[in-house]
Amino acid sequence: MSTMHSAGLIVVISLVTLLTRFLPFLVFRSEKKMPEAFRYLGGVLPGAIMGMLVVYCFKSTVITSWPFALPEVIATIVVVTLYLWKRNTLLSVAGGTILYMVLIQGVFV
Amino acid sequence: MKNKSDFGKAFFQAFPRTIPVMAGYLVLGFGFGLLLQSKGYNFLWAVLMSVAIYGGSMQFIAVDLLSNGASFLAAGIMTLMIHARHLFYGLSMIGKYRGTGKGKPYLIYGLTDETYSLVCTGDVPEDVNRGAYYLWITLLNQCYWVAGSALGGIFGQIVKINTTGVDYAMTALFIVILTENLLKKESRIPALAGVFVSFVCLLIFGAEKFLIPSMLGISFVLMLLRPVLYKEGGGESYEHNA
Repeated sequence: MSTMHSAGLIVVISLVTLLTRFLPFLVFRSEKKMPEAFRYLGGVLPGAIMGMLVVYCFKSTVITSWPFALPEVIATIVVVTLYLWKRNTLLSVAGGTILYMVLIQGVFV
Repeated sequence: MKNKSDFGKAFFQAFPRTIPVMAGYLVLGFGFGLLLQSKGYNFLWAVLMSVAIYGGSMQFIAVDLLSNGASFLAAGIMTLMIHARHLFYGLSMIGKYRGTGKGKPYLIYGLTDETYSLVCTGDVPEDVNRGAYYLWITLLNQCYWVAGSALGGIFGQIVKINTTGVDYAMTALFIVILTENLLKKESRIPALAGVFVSFVCLLIFGAEKFLIPSMLGISFVLMLLRPVLYKEGGGESYEHNA
């Protein structure tokens, strides 16, 4: 992708991020003034969007031919199991990523 | 800031409390820098993004948006959805950040999940300038994040390892956060709704076009679920699930 387009994307993402961070301080000023629907969505959206992001991560995973998404399935089981066991985000992320890299570079070539 | 010694004293109060965040930000930032480098953007891009955007999940997604040349509209909507939670953080910080002086815009700009949790939980020691204390927490955290992402980018440039599959770091991070959400009663239904709606949209619209329909669909379904979710978790509980 062109450098200009990449820089433009960073500007857009940065501006929208600033908007979400400054809006409460500039517009609402107190909890009462924030519209009810906004407060509700601000509370439930993050959880739902994280669900969407996980689907997004697997959007190009092919399950109909070899290796039938096996590296993804194995790494994901390990990430979740490690997390349920140790409740340590870094351990799960690092462990799962290294395992996945080993699997696709060395096992399911 | 009243004077220099105030600022210095606040540092010694703030620094120890940021140590847990230091580990997390250095490692995740490193992963981000490495991933970005693997897509052909050197560490300067990583630093630029960690300064200008400064939001973990969003920056990982941004790597994808950049390398696939997403449209500005899609990137804007995506950012709005992922960062909707900031509306909340901001709301609960309005009182806390009142009267924090000239540094206040920076405090607002640097309010990430981790900074939010530090500022929310720790009581500011009596004899320390509040504004200076918050400023140090925010600044130190961002320094860790910027340093981690720069190191990741530089490491990727110097050490020629085969980075195929390093993309999975983003997947793993999101899976951990999703698991956390599924374990919490109040965020379980929204999380499941998010997975379900986007999966259906993926099947209908395909990998390239499913994001915007998913985000619209998720908002719609959440609005429909509003009476149920309010009854279940109680509206108030959503305000503290940072």
